[in-house]
Amino acid sequence: MSQPSNRGADVAKLYVASLVVVTFMVACADMSETSSGGQVSSAEIAMPGTALGLPANAPDRFDFGVEASEQRVAMWDIDVRPDGVGLPEGSGSVQEGRDIYNIHCIACHGLTGTEGPNDRLVDSEQWGDVPTTRTVGNYWPYATTLYDYIRKAMPQLTPGILTADEVYAVIAYVLWMNEIVPEDAVMDSETLPAVVMPARDKFVMDDRVGGAGIVR
Amino acid sequence: MPSAESPKLSRRTWITTTSGVIAAGLVKTQADAIQLIAQEAPTDPTKVPGRLVSEVGSRAPSEQPKRLIRAPALSSSSRTPLADLMGTITPADLHFERHHAGIPDIRFEDHELLVHGMVERPMVFRMSELMRYPQVSRIRFLECSGNGGGVYNRERMPTEVTVQALDGLLSTSEWTGVAVSTILREVGVRPGASWVLAEGGDSAVMSRSVPLEKVMKDSILAYGQNGERIRPEQGYPLRLFNPGYEGNTSVKWLRRIEVTDQPTHTRDETSKYTDPLGDGTVRQFSLVMDAKSVITFPSYPYVLPDKGWWEIRGLAWSGRGRITRVEVSTDGGRNWSDAALEGPILDKSTVRFRHLFDWNGRDTVILSRATDETGYVQPTVEQLWEARGTRTSYHQNHQRAWKIARTGEVTFGLGDLL
Repeated sequence: MSQPSNRGADVAKLYVASLVVVTFMVACADMSETSSGGQVSSAEIAMPGTALGLPANAPDRFDFGVEASEQRVAMWDIDVRPDGVGLPEGSGSVQEGRDIYNIHCIACHGLTGTEGPNDRLVDSEQWGDVPTTRTVGNYWPYATTLYDYIRKAMPQLTPGILTADEVYAVIAYVLWMNEIVPEDAVMDSETLPAVVMPARDKFVMDDRVGGAGIVR
Repeated sequence: MPSAESPKLSRRTWITTTSGVIAAGLVKTQADAIQLIAQEAPTDPTKVPGRLVSEVGSRAPSEQPKRLIRAPALSSSSRTPLADLMGTITPADLHFERHHAGIPDIRFEDHELLVHGMVERPMVFRMSELMRYPQVSRIRFLECSGNGGGVYNRERMPTEVTVQALDGLLSTSEWTGVAVSTILREVGVRPGASWVLAEGGDSAVMSRSVPLEKVMKDSILAYGQNGERIRPEQGYPLRLFNPGYEGNTSVKWLRRIEVTDQPTHTRDETSKYTDPLGDGTVRQFSLVMDAKSVITFPSYPYVLPDKGWWEIRGLAWSGRGRITRVEVSTDGGRNWSDAALEGPILDKSTVRFRHLFDWNGRDTVILSRATDETGYVQPTVEQLWEARGTRTSYHQNHQRAWKIARTGEVTFGLGDLL
């Protein structure tokens, strides 16, 4: 752990700091269009340190903590995005997934994914105004979320026990049960993000705001 | 003052009792003797020595408020006993819980936070390092967006429901930690970043996306709560705390923050914590908690023993800022009066309101409605049904009503007025 640098930062440091500030301004300009949070004026964040609530004598960097190695980041960076970023190598078929499901999932989700006792997974019936069930088949907007969630949190009592191939396989099986992919489907880092979920276009960004006379 | 017939512990009795025990070798010091005779509440506490100091205090034996547990399970919740509490601060051991895979046991010395993604310098922080950064403390409410979900369905509107069961997924604490902005300044956010993913170290690996703008504005990496280290149920040793946002986003046992240019669309922000609106759409990232108030007294199952003066008391809060006004109606919503607000009125915190009420002993319905600094007024349930449809599961912030019957019995809801 190095000593905190003093305020007399060199030109390069100041440049980096101002770059960061500009970044925040851009981010905030973007966010005011899409997020549900309140608007932040650029003036509030256009100043480093003190604008963020830090004391006037705070250094540009404290340098507590250590830089994370690539290996460390790779070990912990396990989330998966809708564009497929984060998906590992490997693959699994509907047929392979049936075996995985019947071993690891059936006790909580039932033989056909509808019986529970935990969350119902399967309902290929699509809804009109309001959903009567919120399953993978008629509610989940992105198939990639299945990978993110199963890898992290399933099976509930032994999370993380499934290999990458097994996760792909059980996803293929669950998607097949929901009549979203055919029986010969194989899921991998290319095919999974390409799956179009039936409920995808139903999801809209929060439009609630404060203000008098507004109920949303 | 003790009553005439109260049997006082006489000096002779004291000596006799303690002497006997001393003879038996059980009492070696004066402290032992005092502990021995002070075990039960004396009839006259002025005639018996009290208990001695202790390292950790405890509540009065007759004051044992408890959280309400519906169904013990790995994914479960417990609710704060709002009717038992005063002021605004929730004792840490009564703060509501919502876990998705139980409470992990994490050692302070072992815990690390990884901050990476669209940053100049991905970094790992140990707890001792995080605690060395400039510290902030903020009194803020935390509310699960599922709070009040039991009183939205027109066909299944309960009447015999306590305020704890109804709205007990609400608590207020003084949260202490380091501002997220301090840490993001440290790692250097890259251009184009707009979201962060927060990830917990429990076996649900709870993951939520939060706008970068929000965490830069007022989010905290919290390690303290009401003066002590955060409790395991609240995320020990570290949780994200997003003031005014739905509770689930304040990820507990926080181990990773990834700066991104898009939300990750995790399970809990897609299949859960989203709001079908009744028009075929589903509202996503409904993160801010709308203004809300609830009367905590009188509420079910309290029975007013007599007509006359009563003080209606309750809590009001808003995820958009400060509460500016709370109105109370004692005639089913026909007339409204401004309630007194107990200061200080803090940003995104609960406010205690009070309204003196001279009950005439007849059937009536009492309600409260909050207004926040944006001018937003807590809506009626009909307004929410109109705006959102009748099948959403979260963010039910409509006005709460309690019916007072001639018998003094208090039950939930508008009754026939709905």
